[in-house]
Amino acid sequence: MTTQAQLLPGTLDLLILRAVSLGPLHGYGVLLRIEQISGGALLIEQGALYPGLFRLLRQGLLKADWGTSENNRKAKFYELTATGQKRLREETESWNRLSTAIASALAPQPEEI
Amino acid sequence: MRLFDSLRSFASNLIHRSKTDREIDEELRSHIEHRADDLERGGLPRPEAERRARIEFGGYQRLKEESREALGSQFGEGLIQDIRFALRRMAKKPGFAIVAVLTLAFAIGANAVVFAVLNAFILRPLNVPQSESLYGLWRLSTNDMAQSYPDYLDLRDRNHSFESLLAYAVNQAALDTGNDPSRAWIDEASGNYFDALGVKPYLGRFFHSSDEHGPNSAPFIVLTYDFWRTHFQGDPSVIGRVVRLNKFPFTIIGVGPPEFHGTLMFFNPDFFVPMVNHQQFDTSDMNNRGDRWVFMTLGHLKAGVTPAQAIADLDSVGASLEKAYPKDDPKMSFKLARPGLYGDYIGRPVRTFMTALMLLAGLILFAACANLGSLFAARASDRSREIALRLALGSSRKRILRGLFAEALLISLAGGAVGLAASMVLLRALSAWQPISRWPLHMSVNPDAKVYAFALLLALASGFLFGAVPVRQVLRTDPYEAVKGGTVETKRGRFGLRISFSDVLLLLQIAICAVLVTSSIVAVRGLANSLHNSFGFELKNTMLVETDLNMAGYLGDKVPPMQKRMIDALTAIPGVDSVGLADQVPLGDAQPDSNVFADTTTDLRPTNAVTDAMMFKVSPEYFQAAGTALVSGRAFTWQENKDKPRVAVVNRLFARKIFGSETKAMGAYFKLPDGARLQVVGIAEDGKYGSLTEDPQPVMFLPILQSPSNSAYLVVRSSRDPEQLTLAIRNTLRNIDAGLPVYIQTRFKALDAFLFGPRMATISLGVLGVMGAMLSVVGIFGMASYSVSKRLREFGIRIALGAQKRELLQAALGRTFRLLAFGSAVGLLMGLAAGKVIAFIVSQATPWDPIVLGGVLLTMLLLGLLAGCVPARRALETDPLALLRED
Repeated sequence: MTTQAQLLPGTLDLLILRAVSLGPLHGYGVLLRIEQISGGALLIEQGALYPGLFRLLRQGLLKADWGTSENNRKAKFYELTATGQKRLREETESWNRLSTAIASALAPQPEEI
Repeated sequence: MRLFDSLRSFASNLIHRSKTDREIDEELRSHIEHRADDLERGGLPRPEAERRARIEFGGYQRLKEESREALGSQFGEGLIQDIRFALRRMAKKPGFAIVAVLTLAFAIGANAVVFAVLNAFILRPLNVPQSESLYGLWRLSTNDMAQSYPDYLDLRDRNHSFESLLAYAVNQAALDTGNDPSRAWIDEASGNYFDALGVKPYLGRFFHSSDEHGPNSAPFIVLTYDFWRTHFQGDPSVIGRVVRLNKFPFTIIGVGPPEFHGTLMFFNPDFFVPMVNHQQFDTSDMNNRGDRWVFMTLGHLKAGVTPAQAIADLDSVGASLEKAYPKDDPKMSFKLARPGLYGDYIGRPVRTFMTALMLLAGLILFAACANLGSLFAARASDRSREIALRLALGSSRKRILRGLFAEALLISLAGGAVGLAASMVLLRALSAWQPISRWPLHMSVNPDAKVYAFALLLALASGFLFGAVPVRQVLRTDPYEAVKGGTVETKRGRFGLRISFSDVLLLLQIAICAVLVTSSIVAVRGLANSLHNSFGFELKNTMLVETDLNMAGYLGDKVPPMQKRMIDALTAIPGVDSVGLADQVPLGDAQPDSNVFADTTTDLRPTNAVTDAMMFKVSPEYFQAAGTALVSGRAFTWQENKDKPRVAVVNRLFARKIFGSETKAMGAYFKLPDGARLQVVGIAEDGKYGSLTEDPQPVMFLPILQSPSNSAYLVVRSSRDPEQLTLAIRNTLRNIDAGLPVYIQTRFKALDAFLFGPRMATISLGVLGVMGAMLSVVGIFGMASYSVSKRLREFGIRIALGAQKRELLQAALGRTFRLLAFGSAVGLLMGLAAGKVIAFIVSQATPWDPIVLGGVLLTMLLLGLLAGCVPARRALETDPLALLRED
């Protein structure tokens, strides 16, 4: 097992958007997808997923519909809306900029050596 | 948009609360099931898998709560929480809540009442269809709306602007339904009256133009709904019944709709009779073109006709009438006037006064808001620690402000509801009230939807207004201060000028209060003055007995002997000093007038008249009985009848105006329009004749024997108790003729009609003044005691250091009293300006009166002392030891 990292505040929304962007998912599916795409490196409290999902739903970034899961259980499936897609692009870009900046700031500088 | 969305989700949340809940539950549980499925596949038994899944999920209830909030129930949930919190806070300090609610209830109630009256009189049109196109004809030369009957007919038939021109005259008649004749107020209406107005009968039918076939051809009565209810107990079988009017048989043919009270506001007739039967109600000649007894002509303008076009049209009809009848219609040009309040005649004073009253009521509300605003600000600063703590713990400023606003709105809505309820009670009473018992005056001021909406709007607006006062304070609160400990001071301006917002509010309140106090003292003083005025007759020990010989069937030659018999019979009552008779009395129902010509004038055209003077026809003893002093000359004698040369008594102004001086007037002659030469034999003192606010008027008194009239007012002078005297008079007259309608009242009571306006004005201003005073006492008290309580420590130290009482008081209340003095001065100045408006209604209301000025200053000082004494005592009684121990 790889070392698990705590989630930075505000990043859960981005992860949910990313997870759902690959296709409609129900809540548990979102959780599994995040685990999968992060290579199991991110730790999420399972239930904490839902306030996040609902927040995005309310902002109109996601839409949801009841359906039947692969386990033959009733479940709510989430999908990205057009605004959601746009937001995901923007957030990804800004995240990349930020992480590059942070990474380069944290990289060992010549004079440190 | 956000707000709208929030509101919508709040509303749908209230309704679908359980549904949302269920869905969240279902979804969360589905998650746990899915997880359990996976765990089961991993080899765990089902029950163990489910247990693990639940544990992994986390705190179910907490997460559900968070989910629900995330779903958008924040606004609604938060609001309900805020309201609950506000209610709890109010319950903790019920005194504050009650004072606040009552303050607002008074202010909003006063506004609702004033607005309802304004709405009923000015905003709401007459209760007839399409009242916006209804106009009356105003004659410019006579400056009223009266016409003669022939002129009315010509105007009706020859104009092209009105759909149908209708007319009515106000009169009284003795109605005899079988036993006791009683006096009723009637509208003599033209045949087209109801059809032209577009009113539909409630019962039976109305009369129409087709019912008119010459004089006395239409003996029909249409009852108003109210009169039908009160005098015929709402009996539908009344249709077709024959009753006697002035002894003539009339048939009741219909009842008007409930909301129809004629076309003159306030003045509700009892029933309508066709105008063609005029001779049965009045002696004036229907066909005399010079006798303008028709009270008002009005009609709907045709579609597409502008008022200007209508006036041009009427003027051209008028011009042709001028040419045809130069003697009777010398100047005939028109303007259009709204019929409801008799054009500007009643309309202007009512509008002016109601607008002024509305402004004052608005000021009251404003003062109340200022008051509550400063109380709220004071409370918010008391809570500054709590607010700072909440901010430090992560609450948003928005959320805190929302809580404050919830409290303010709750109070303002409660105040609005209480105020509206109280005002409805008052308005109902006003609507049922008949201020002048002898006249059919009613004020239908029942509130309608507009009034409710107005009150709600005021409540919301004032809630936001005073709720907004502490906003700045909250926004400025620095959470760091709270963490440091100690009280959180809201920062004041750094410069020497330390006028805080609450000072401004208090100043405003005091100024408003001073305006109101000034206005009400001006009005009360004016009213008192006008009652101690010289009326030109005595009010004390005088009874006014009104009879109508016409109604009792006395006509022509039978009138003078009957009048003499009544005078003699009443004089014989023990305790009666003298009895006079007059066709009309000064400050009575009507003031007949006539043109007056110089003795040298031969062409007696109206344009050649020297003046237009009021004319009262009186018996010889009238001057003595009425208490009208003769400054020179003599009164009439019973020998001066039709066979003797005609004489007159004139008042001093008449003498000066016609003859140049009183000495020249004695024995001099003047002429009346009919050519009669009258010699002045006496000069009477000037008085009030038409209204209390009128300028001095020229007046002549003629002997009733030389110009008979069958309307008769008996003026009885006696020092006996009015009630006993009334009984004696009634019995005496009944012995002469049991069928004679008689109305007896004291001379003072007969002035009700003239005092109505001033009294109403004084009462309403008085009420507003008292309310303003109460508000400012509360305001001053609140601010003074708040500032004292904030500075108790300082006072304790000062006392410990040996401060004198005077210094202490100055420190505690000096600021408040400086504000009081400044505010009073500003308010007084504004009140002096407002006095001009009041003088319009209340005669002799002048603010430039030492009693008024002194009264205002004294009142304001008393208010200050009243409000300041408790906080002052608290400051003086500060125990330094106790205070030092506490901290």
